[in-house]
Amino acid sequence: MNTIVISLITLGVLGCLLAVILYLVAQKFKVYEDPRIDLVEAVLPGANCGGCGFPGCRGMAEACVKASSLDSLLCPVGGAATMGQIGEILGMAAAAGDPMVAVVRCNGTCGNRPKTTTYDGARSCQIIHNLYGGETGCMYGCLGCGDCVSVCKFDAIHMNPETGLPEVDEEKCVACGACAKTCPKKVIEIRKKGLKDKRVFVSCINKDKGGVAKKACAAACIGCGKCQKACKFEAITVANNVAYIDYEKCKACGMCVAECPTGAIHATEPVMAVVEKINAKKAAEAAAAKAAAETTQA
Amino acid sequence: MRTFRIGGLHPHDNKEFSAHKAITDVALPTQAVVPLAQHIGAPTKPVVAKGDKVLVGQVIAEAGGFMSANVHAPVSGTVAKVDSIVDSYGLPMPAIIIDVEGDEWLPEIDRTDNIISTIKAEPKEIIGKIQAAGIVGLGGACFPTHVKLSPPPGNKAECLIINAVECEPFLTCDHQLMLEHGEEIIIGIDIICKALGIDKAYIGIEGNKPDAIAKFEELVKKAVNHVEVVPLKLRYPQGGEKQLIDAVIRRQVPSGALPIATGAVVQNVATVYAVYQAVQKNRPLVDRVMTVTGPSVSNPGNYRVRFGTSLNDVIAAAGGVPEDTGKIICGGPMMGRAMANTNMPAHKRTSGILLLPESMSTRREPENCMRCGKCVDVCPMGLEPYLLSKMGDMRMWDEMEQHNVMDCIECGCCLYTCPSNRPLLDYIRMGKATVGGILRARAAAAKAAAEAAKAEEKK
Ligand code: SF4
Ligand code: SF4
Ligand code: SF4
Ligand code: SF4
Repeated sequence: MNTIVISLITLGVLGCLLAVILYLVAQKFKVYEDPRIDLVEAVLPGANCGGCGFPGCRGMAEACVKASSLDSLLCPVGGAATMGQIGEILGMAAAAGDPMVAVVRCNGTCGNRPKTTTYDGARSCQIIHNLYGGETGCMYGCLGCGDCVSVCKFDAIHMNPETGLPEVDEEKCVACGACAKTCPKKVIEIRKKGLKDKRVFVSCINKDKGGVAKKACAAACIGCGKCQKACKFEAITVANNVAYIDYEKCKACGMCVAECPTGAIHATEPVMAVVEKINAKKAAEAAAAKAAAETTQA
Repeated sequence: MRTFRIGGLHPHDNKEFSAHKAITDVALPTQAVVPLAQHIGAPTKPVVAKGDKVLVGQVIAEAGGFMSANVHAPVSGTVAKVDSIVDSYGLPMPAIIIDVEGDEWLPEIDRTDNIISTIKAEPKEIIGKIQAAGIVGLGGACFPTHVKLSPPPGNKAECLIINAVECEPFLTCDHQLMLEHGEEIIIGIDIICKALGIDKAYIGIEGNKPDAIAKFEELVKKAVNHVEVVPLKLRYPQGGEKQLIDAVIRRQVPSGALPIATGAVVQNVATVYAVYQAVQKNRPLVDRVMTVTGPSVSNPGNYRVRFGTSLNDVIAAAGGVPEDTGKIICGGPMMGRAMANTNMPAHKRTSGILLLPESMSTRREPENCMRCGKCVDVCPMGLEPYLLSKMGDMRMWDEMEQHNVMDCIECGCCLYTCPSNRPLLDYIRMGKATVGGILRARAAAAKAAAEAAKAEEKK
């Protein structure tokens, strides 16, 4: 009986003493953490994809709380809605970022781009890239082993076995940019989604001279500059034998698409409808001109 | 017979196709395409322009620093242009293109077969001549030779080891060179010993070349220095610098250190021959002997090829590409690389062309790793290839660094031996490239930080 009482008392006293010490130490070494970090983290999607440029969502939350303005910060996954919520928590106005999406800038499908060699090593774009120019005559385009597919955390990009190229699922893609960062050929670009999904981009990054590029791939940009002349908004620049469309300036009018002799310019469906109209008009004009020429001849 | 102590294996050597075939010259091309980057290190700067007349042996591109080697005109004629060509891997590569006219050499080059045995040049002069002649390691690595012969401060050369192992299957060019130019090679050894200020050299030869061993055992008696022939047991990759040092003088190069840390300088036989020619005959490196071989090649052999000659012409000299060819490999089957384009000029790195039939060159479907440990057994660097390759697949760069991926010599033993046909080396090589980049970035950042600190201090 005595033993029990003694142990109870010693343990009780010891417990109280230690609790007091723990409390004092905790007070002394307390690290102040802004409670808003937790609040911000709670509204972030928690995907930890790194698309914002910070290591995980917690890093982004810390950066938001520290920042004096939210202008340069964007969670591509949550988009404007999430940024708005963060803005409310922190009492700052969130910049209304345009929605973006990943686009694959290569149209070297199996049909367009014949194979010149066969690669039978480990299936990885990075490995092929370190080794040689790739299985086709184009050393710039997609290598087709799907490194981009394996890094996408949102199941938004898949290989199309028919074309041998990756395809982005616009519904799922949050423009985190992981695929663009991984691609050793830098084939993938993050571009503005565009009003009503209207997007026009040059689906080729081949820097070879026209003839060489054309030989390697039927859909290559040959740098002829016709699109540049057709564009009324000065959105197109041609450098290093390849055209590039600035998505900030492009109005998705579709004029360049109709002009490109190789079909290197890719447009989404809403734009294609316009392009078809332009093409029909052009065909009619050509027919009229021909008829006129024939009548003058006669 | 001795050999190295860790790992290694013995693939069938397949040397019978081209062994003992006398070295024959391949005809000069009508147009020579001379790549500007033919070595490890800084690229060269062209010093000729379109329309210039050049003679064989004239410098056409100057070394871009100490870690670089001059490029000489391998043919005489007129420079057509300096342009970008497509290399054997389908990537662009700068080159000087020369229209060949006759075969006129610089007058100071001695082209006779006379053997000059007295070495007049002083050590400094020897290294200068080697540097001017653009000599690089002809075993395959293409490391500028003058750099190797100038040990970094704090290291001292104690002995020279001549790499006459030729452990790559199929290749026989070094063997044939030894049989035809033994005397010159012995003088070359004396020259290098003089340059390094040492008097001890070993020649490591694998046991499958008994005639070369016998010949050199006679020849070494004529050498000024103490030269010893060391016959070695057949084992791949004995020709690796670290393996050869271990096999010959039983010393191991520590991880991350240069081979000179063991006091040994290793030179390939073909390099030694080139050194002889540069120092005694003023002849720069404008050609090399290469093996063109394969089970179905109609005329396999050892060919002396002027740089700039298209490999297509070299293959044609050996009887053309056989019907059944699956891969054309630049170098040997273990460490060579399959070419995507054979319209590539021969250069300092081309040690051989191997035309493998489809049946021998297609890789089998990889299966799961069964942890048999065979790759660990054969790795001559004591690494764990199965683990490294998995890490590479999962992009675990830090872990790869901790597991010494940078020590891998890319010998291919692991890949060769794997019963599950796993592409081990593919992943390891990717890891090496990535980790190497990370290390370089880290070193650059550290250097920048140190400099910033220094600048701060000065203030
Ligand atoms: S887009 Fe890039 S990462 Fe994706 S499959 Fe093509 S080369 Fe590979
Ligand atoms: S497709 Fe690319 S940008 Fe889009 S979510 Fe996947 S990895 Fe991110
Ligand atoms: S028109 Fe087509 S091929 Fe010509 S530059 Fe524009 S995108 Fe390239
Ligand atoms: S390739 Fe590298 S990992 Fe594989 S056996 Fe050779 S040294 Fe070892």
